[in-house]
Amino acid sequence: MASSASVPRRKAPEWLTIPLLVGALVILFWIVVAATIDFWAPYDPLALVGRRLQPPSMAHLLGTDALGRDVLTRTLYGVQYSLPVALGVVVAAVAIGSLLGGIAGFFGGLIGAAIMRLVDITLSFPPVLLAMAVAASLGPGLTNAAIAMVLVWWPVYARLMRGQVLEIREREHVEAAVAGGAGRTRLLFTHILSLCWTPVLINATMDFGQVVLLAASLSFIGLGATPPTPEWGSMVSDGAIHFYQWWIAFGPGFAILTVVLGFNFLGDGLRDMLDPRTH
Amino acid sequence: MSGYLIRRLVTMPFLILGIITITFFLSRVTKGDPLTAIISEQQMSNPEVVAAAKQRWGLDLSLPEQYLVYTGKLLTGDLGTSFTTKRPVLQDLLERLPATLELVIAAMIIGTVLGIALGVLAAYYRNGWLDHGSRLFALVGSSLPVFWSGLGLLFIFSVQLGWLPGPGRLDARLQPPPMITGMITLDTLLAGDLAAFVDALHHLILPAFVLGWTVTGTISRLVRANMLEVLNQEYVLTARAKGAGELRVLLHHALRNTLVPTLTVIGHSFAYLITGAVLTETIFAWPGMGSYAVEAARALDYPAIIGVTVVGGVTFLVTNLLTDIAYMLANPRIRLS
Repeated sequence: MASSASVPRRKAPEWLTIPLLVGALVILFWIVVAATIDFWAPYDPLALVGRRLQPPSMAHLLGTDALGRDVLTRTLYGVQYSLPVALGVVVAAVAIGSLLGGIAGFFGGLIGAAIMRLVDITLSFPPVLLAMAVAASLGPGLTNAAIAMVLVWWPVYARLMRGQVLEIREREHVEAAVAGGAGRTRLLFTHILSLCWTPVLINATMDFGQVVLLAASLSFIGLGATPPTPEWGSMVSDGAIHFYQWWIAFGPGFAILTVVLGFNFLGDGLRDMLDPRTH
Repeated sequence: MSGYLIRRLVTMPFLILGIITITFFLSRVTKGDPLTAIISEQQMSNPEVVAAAKQRWGLDLSLPEQYLVYTGKLLTGDLGTSFTTKRPVLQDLLERLPATLELVIAAMIIGTVLGIALGVLAAYYRNGWLDHGSRLFALVGSSLPVFWSGLGLLFIFSVQLGWLPGPGRLDARLQPPPMITGMITLDTLLAGDLAAFVDALHHLILPAFVLGWTVTGTISRLVRANMLEVLNQEYVLTARAKGAGELRVLLHHALRNTLVPTLTVIGHSFAYLITGAVLTETIFAWPGMGSYAVEAARALDYPAIIGVTVVGGVTFLVTNLLTDIAYMLANPRIRLS
């Protein structure tokens, strides 16, 4: 590549884009909050600490809710539910999906076909509706909502992984490994799966945000977290009941927006960084 | 191409059967007792009432028997009877379908127009502030929880500014039009009631915008990418050399050639919006299939949950198939395999 005529100062590396930076900072902020909130929270998230339905003031920066709990404190504590749930769902979906998709792509045959038909059926549901139906039949609760989301999400990774494996197993280095006498397991794990992770990683990062969003949606409907858990979706649901006290829903909703946006920025940036085709 | 289509059409019934099977077993493998949704707590202690209710709702059969009965009934268009409304689920859904369609179509129009406009501008002013701004607007749209943005926009535009009406489809003081299509904007027009039409349109704006915003991003990113590709081609240069104005080059020469791929993403967005409507309808008290699904899920009304999931799944499947067919017809070079 031809270098430009004069480079006055050292430029930041090309992959270090503003979205990537902003996304990483926002997510880092929330991780720090999740880890340390117990030490510096202004109030107890479950305690009744003031008059009911107070608008924002110096004592309560985001006001108080219908029971007199501090909205800001509850919003900050909410991340302790959102991030672990999202992490659990994404990790489980990636693990199950990659394993089954990898098997389907590598071995094919009857099992592969059966797996892919299950994938087709699951993906032919609208995700929100399927998650709702599963969550409703399992009963309310964050764990059940998480199980419902894993069931909705794994096929995405199965399809992605299968496509990757099919493409990579035709490459020359795999042929060379076969000629070198590599066994099937070694072939799958060392020579194929190790090359499949880039798209999975990008997708998983973006899905983090979508899982946070869906988990909050399920809680909003009443199928996720149960009171008095300071979970963002159910807090917005409280705010919808007390519609004229706008501050009750503002904090938790804004928190959802920042987390989802953060992961979207991060995923977008990662794609630019890892996927050479976008340059 | 026809081979692909035939394969899609042949697998379709199996996919639908799969949808039915999964939803059925899901709704029966449950912790909550569906009986609690049918009869009151006092009656639960009366074995006669319980037995009668079980028999009436087919809950006394074994699970496989219930499955066969349910699937058999489905083939005749019978989705069962809702525990809560005590009416056929199909009738409930058909009654609520037009409201959802009206909302989704309006959202689709807003999302598409905004998405295409932003995509074209972003490509034209590549790397300028308009490009970055449209990217941010699009990303925010796909990151917003609609159940929160809906509340916020309602508060701002209805309560604070008073520009737009509150939730619902029509002002309570107005006479609803005679039901013809079920879409209130069309029905008011057909009835020639201009005041009601304007009011219905006012009610539609906010929920449609909230919903449409969620798909703006996907559309604008795709239009931008395609426009960038097309704008670099020689025929665009030729058009410019022949003295075509910038607007004509953008819209007549460039945009036209990006419409085919855009069509696909619009079709898939439509399928996505039908379910995105679930939460929007709940916030805006919109009497469509989405709010029906939420009510059913809250009340553990299994026939209604299965019904709405089956109908949603089939709609999703058919919309996606139609999109692919339209794409193939519009672009004969595509050979899907």
